[in-house]
Amino acid sequence: MTQSAIPTPQTPWAVSPQQRIATGSLIALGAILAGIVVKTTGLSGKLGFAVSFFFFAALLIFIQQLRLRDLAAAKDSLLNSFALLGITLTLIPIASIVSTVVIRGYGGISFGIFTEDMTQASVNDPVDSGGLLHALLGTLIIVGVALIISFPIGLLTALYLTEIRGTLTRPIKFLVQAMSGVPSIVAGLFILSILIIPVTQEQTGLMASLALCILMIPTIARTAEEMLLLIPNELREAGVALGATQWRAVAGVVVPAARSGLVTAIILGVARVIGETAPLLLVSGGADALNLNPTSGAMGSLPFYIWKAFLTGGTQEAYARAWGGMLVLLVLIVSLFVLARYFSGRRVN
Amino acid sequence: MRVTQTLGAQSSIPAAREITTKPRRSDQVFRFIVTAGGMSSLVILGLIAFFLSLKGFSVLREEQWSFLTESRWEVLQDGEGKIESSTFGIGAMLVGTFIGAFIAIIVGVPIAVLSALYLTFYARGPVKKFLISVIDLMAAFPSLLFGFWAFIVFMASAEYWAKLINKYLGFIPLFDVPAPFFERSPFIAGLVLAVMIIPIVTAISREVFDQTPLDRIQAAYALGASKLAMIRAVVIPYGRGGIVGGAMLGLGRAMGETVAVYTVLNVVYQINWQILFGAGGNVASLILLKFGEAGPDEVDALMAAGLVLFLLTLTVNALSDVLINRFGKKGR
Amino acid sequence: MQTTPSSLASVAGNRTQRVPGTNLLGTGLETRGVHAWFGKKHVLSDVSLDFAAGTVTALIGPSGCGKSTFIRTLNRMHEFIPTAALAGQVLLDGKDIYESGTDVTKIRLRVGMVFQKPNPFPSMTIGENVLSGLKLAQLKRSNTDDLLESCLVRAGLWSEVKDRLGEHGGALSGGQQQRLCIARALAVEPQVLLMDEPCSALDPGSTFRIEETISELAKTMTIVIVTHNMQQAARVSDYTAFFLSDGGPGVMVETAPTNKIFSSPEDQRTEDYVTGRFG
Repeated sequence: MTQSAIPTPQTPWAVSPQQRIATGSLIALGAILAGIVVKTTGLSGKLGFAVSFFFFAALLIFIQQLRLRDLAAAKDSLLNSFALLGITLTLIPIASIVSTVVIRGYGGISFGIFTEDMTQASVNDPVDSGGLLHALLGTLIIVGVALIISFPIGLLTALYLTEIRGTLTRPIKFLVQAMSGVPSIVAGLFILSILIIPVTQEQTGLMASLALCILMIPTIARTAEEMLLLIPNELREAGVALGATQWRAVAGVVVPAARSGLVTAIILGVARVIGETAPLLLVSGGADALNLNPTSGAMGSLPFYIWKAFLTGGTQEAYARAWGGMLVLLVLIVSLFVLARYFSGRRVN
Repeated sequence: MRVTQTLGAQSSIPAAREITTKPRRSDQVFRFIVTAGGMSSLVILGLIAFFLSLKGFSVLREEQWSFLTESRWEVLQDGEGKIESSTFGIGAMLVGTFIGAFIAIIVGVPIAVLSALYLTFYARGPVKKFLISVIDLMAAFPSLLFGFWAFIVFMASAEYWAKLINKYLGFIPLFDVPAPFFERSPFIAGLVLAVMIIPIVTAISREVFDQTPLDRIQAAYALGASKLAMIRAVVIPYGRGGIVGGAMLGLGRAMGETVAVYTVLNVVYQINWQILFGAGGNVASLILLKFGEAGPDEVDALMAAGLVLFLLTLTVNALSDVLINRFGKKGR
Repeated sequence: MQTTPSSLASVAGNRTQRVPGTNLLGTGLETRGVHAWFGKKHVLSDVSLDFAAGTVTALIGPSGCGKSTFIRTLNRMHEFIPTAALAGQVLLDGKDIYESGTDVTKIRLRVGMVFQKPNPFPSMTIGENVLSGLKLAQLKRSNTDDLLESCLVRAGLWSEVKDRLGEHGGALSGGQQQRLCIARALAVEPQVLLMDEPCSALDPGSTFRIEETISELAKTMTIVIVTHNMQQAARVSDYTAFFLSDGGPGVMVETAPTNKIFSSPEDQRTEDYVTGRFG
């Protein structure tokens, strides 16, 4: 056997440089044609250019494929063009949103906003007076209390769906899904109708937490269910085969094995509700002063703070304040998300 | 005779024994607690329906069906602020809710399905991973963010489209406007809702597409199929249920959306079919709008509106569940 | 029955040998120095094999010897795996199928494939399944009813399904599904049919039917079949190639007429394998 000459691995099916150049020049030609159209017809501006550019580029590539190969290949290239269009249209808003928040919010961020509340300032004051300390801590307390209530309920629901698998599994699955579709404003109205109006007569942080629970439980339950389903059945059987009760097998084997998955469930649950605004507008009261007691008195929160600055202000200062708050919120959400990725990634290993 | 004999022979086969074990005490307690926790969703949904009905009952009894069909929301007060009479009807808001949600579905779902196809069958390696994370992140963005972004940044582009559509398709009543006022229209609100549901529908469709059995994809390719032909023959039949379910989920989301619609839409109390004109409504934003200055009577009416919204989204969710189960079976 | 060289050789010797070139079916398929990689892993080294037109060639060898990878290079299904790479040439009628500018979908129309697990399209009826290749590759055929019947007849399925063409493919048994997949592959009229362990998921009865079908089909086309089952190789093939991997990339150890491989192989490793000493 000759071991001497092992050829280099090749990928003859990959797109060749010539094809790349051909496609690239067609796209460039599409851009030129689009430019001409924008100059000469009613389709004007950036949007007009984008539309006619896509149209011409897709058309030119279609014709090229039709001439080089056949109709099937040409149609296939059309799907490629449209799939690219789809992902582009999906990504443009997110790019726009993130850049808007970062650019506009940057000016509203200073060290002071993390140490002061809004008792001494109004939303229209310059950004360096007042701050969002009360809102940030309020959000953390509201979401924290909501988590303490939601996590056990969500976990129990997930355990029912994965470990007990009773006759009600299918209906419960549906109800959890239905619950995740409850509009957030309805969650607020519900707390209003069951507690605030008939019982407490007071808008507090706790009420906001309870409203958020309704939105949080389904997210936690569904994510936790997915994570528990990833635990191999052998692990459960091994526990039971060793003579453990189901309770011990679940508490001692299944839940610990799903630990990072459950952390992911918590994080996604928090991310789901941390920016939730509508129910807070109905039940939290939205104080301007720092209030660390969720059971009495109105409590501020980041969404409320942003909402108020936006809708009651109207000056540049108020907008800067709102965007600053939005940036803080976005940073919180993105960090939660990165954390969730980290923990759910660990699950695989 | 023979038949009866064989039947007789069959009856001598013993009945299957039931395998039973008496659960231990700790397990009984465990199962009880977990089952109780599992029932929480049922209890909460039941409580929501019950308490909203309780509060909204008086208004619903007074208004009856006109609560759904009438488009007036008036509280007449005398000089001292005492309420003389009140009329509540959410007809215009219901219509607005449907208009906004349908625009969102019509615009959003095709884009979402295309980008899910891109992510599953075109994107590769680290780019694919990155894009998936970004879109999942966007699905978790709060509606507040979408609303203000739309108001400050997106409105201008959306207006451009509205004017263009009006210019060339204005002869269709749907795209006509009584006055050239294109800002804050149902069309724009619908587009914002589309932007909001795209990441959700994309994520669900992508997950479904990802599960398409590899052997079927290979079979199609081995028969000389192009990617388009493969997707049409294999992926779409398999993923149809998932796409429909995802779209319905997006529909529910769009119908219940409050803050983003409230920020973008000019809430006006009349039924407006001219979607490009800057006037519209939505049940959820009505609740937010009226809540601030509402007296006790009006709060009850808002509860009734909330009940309608709740039942509406529940129906859409139930429908999506049924559709996924029916379409989902075919092609699997 | 004990698998001994003599019994396999007698099985192989009992069948009539097809002589290459007796049918006018083109010059067949040849590979020249084919190597294959997945990522950095070199899985197949330097395979040069000729598949004469109108013959059945069996690829045998233990698991992981690269025979499945090799058969997938023959109709360019290899590149379906994202990290795949390749070197060498695969010539179909003397023309390299990997040459740049070649339309891969046209190659797969000429070199059909049947997979290990039966995989009919469940959303289509039996009839639609058979003709699905035409739709997928957007080919026009005028008389599809005749084509449908002839494909099912050649796949040995016609009598069983002729009254239930409107039923869904999933309603058939595993063996019937596999023959449906063969009929589906035939409908686009390929020159070569690749079969990647087509019987490994089937019971003996179904296996027997498929082997009959293979013998029928070999009259009109070139067949390459990967099999774990040496009995099967001895029963259906005219030529046999033995693949082996010693931990490194798989190599083709030996190729010869089937009765020679099972009666008097030249390489010691081939003999060890066909006598059941390992594998």
